[in-house]
Amino acid sequence: MSVDLETVKRVAKLARLAIDDERATRMQGELNAILGFVEQLNEVDVEGVEPITSVVEMDMKKRVDEVTDGDKAADIVANAPATDDNFFMVPKVIE
Amino acid sequence: MSELTSLTIAQAREKLNAGEITSVELTEAYLSVIDAANESLNTYVVVTADKARKMAKASDERRAGGTIGGLEGIPLGIKDLFATRGIHTQACSHILDDFKPEYESTVTQNLWDDGAVMLGKLNMDEFAMGSSNETSYYGPVKNPWREQGSNTALVPGGSSGGSASSVAAHLCAGATATDTGGSIRQPAAFTGTVGIKPTYGRCSRWGIAAFASSLDQAGPISRDLRDAAIMLKSMASVDAKDTTSVDLPVPDYEASIGKSVKGMKIGIPKEYRVDGMPEEIEALWQKGIEWYRDAGAEIVDISLPHTKYALPTYYIVAPAEASSNLARYDGVRYGLRETGSDITDMYEKTRATGFGHEVRRRILIGTYVLSSGYYDAYYLRAQKVRTLIKRDFETAFADGIDAILTPATPSSAFAIGDEEMAADPVKMYLNDVFTVTVNMAGLPGISVPAGLDNKGLPLGLQLIGKPFAEEELFQASHVIEQAAGKFEAEKWW
Repeated sequence: MSVDLETVKRVAKLARLAIDDERATRMQGELNAILGFVEQLNEVDVEGVEPITSVVEMDMKKRVDEVTDGDKAADIVANAPATDDNFFMVPKVIE
Repeated sequence: MSELTSLTIAQAREKLNAGEITSVELTEAYLSVIDAANESLNTYVVVTADKARKMAKASDERRAGGTIGGLEGIPLGIKDLFATRGIHTQACSHILDDFKPEYESTVTQNLWDDGAVMLGKLNMDEFAMGSSNETSYYGPVKNPWREQGSNTALVPGGSSGGSASSVAAHLCAGATATDTGGSIRQPAAFTGTVGIKPTYGRCSRWGIAAFASSLDQAGPISRDLRDAAIMLKSMASVDAKDTTSVDLPVPDYEASIGKSVKGMKIGIPKEYRVDGMPEEIEALWQKGIEWYRDAGAEIVDISLPHTKYALPTYYIVAPAEASSNLARYDGVRYGLRETGSDITDMYEKTRATGFGHEVRRRILIGTYVLSSGYYDAYYLRAQKVRTLIKRDFETAFADGIDAILTPATPSSAFAIGDEEMAADPVKMYLNDVFTVTVNMAGLPGISVPAGLDNKGLPLGLQLIGKPFAEEELFQASHVIEQAAGKFEAEKWW
């Protein structure tokens, strides 16, 4: 399988990456090289093989259902580019 | 001063314990060599000199009071991927500009609890994506090793290139690193240092910027095997904050060094004899086999039939997980923000500017293989092949193999700006051909310096162990260290 320029742009949109024609063209060549490389997986017989879910066999850890953290709004917004009164500020989303 | 920086962690520990030196003296010695060398090697992105001095002073005071941790007073470098409270933590990416976390990663907290001193944050490939340390926003790291009679700057490998070069050039006593496809072991091999990637779940991933969560593991890079054992004992822990952290006590890895390997079964997988592998790598591997035979181990030819599929599987699974993990960098909660006409435009411009080319490429591959209509063909198939890769190892271990010996890398270090590597992403990815299988199966793997090639550059051998059999790896890889000796780059920086 190989990707065309439109697909590169569509995937970039899904990934929220602005991409111009020049970058998209370069990316197209590189993505096709990588997709060509991974194509060899089609040779492998995976009939009846379960997909891996965990490399280490262990039971899911559960902890007591209790509050162990919180009350640190100021810490959480400390690194944000724009904040107001412990809220993250973003460009207007509702007209 | 330079005499102090030539001490291994174990040697420094002895002198500190004997009262011959103080942590303040040791730390000052490192700060002064970093000051002199960092401009040419570019291994540190931030030097935390004031903090280091404070930590060293506090360590000397603790020692005077009779409290001596496992790494008491030892100055370490920390890969920029680990969150360090109030200190530059950017995964060497533009998108995390000015990020200073309000928390500390579990691994680094373990080190400070054991008395270690932080010298600064180490350069790396952006978000640990790379095999040459050339994708860092802070520029490439130079390998202290150069070809005989040449001034050409070589890469230290990646992604933990800053860690490996710092350790090899004695700019820290030891360094933390992380390994998703070979990012501890490949740079260790390229710089003549020891690097161990423990079993998945041995070190907590909490507070380490996530790349591919099912593959990422932290481990040390050090000057020798004993130092790696000392560091891993501190780094490893059971952590309630990481649900994949395994509930097993952390053993004293140092105690395993020097135990006989008589009767151990060392597997030699025929599939690691790859096309185009330089003869020197093959010769080194044969030498390693002889060392084990001489030490009384039993050499057994084994087969790991799905080896060749590990790298293509990795280049589906790792980008898929990365595309999901890196979705959080959107200009809202931390780091860089570009202005846009609306919120989507802001996201898209921030991410296009903040991520470098390699990271953008992996996000696109990952988004593509997870997208509607392609998920089964790529991602699901890759996860099935991964089951088969893991099964190959399980079969070998069930047949009585104790550890598997392979080359660590298919070549020695290459030049910064290598054109073939830059032009063909797959060629760069092939650096990890011997290491990536270990991540796919979650196993522990160690790279130990084993010799120099005809250009005078270090090469490593890799030993792969059973899950949580790090002790056996320390026991077995001592054979390589004993036979090969240690390798130091000639100082030019």
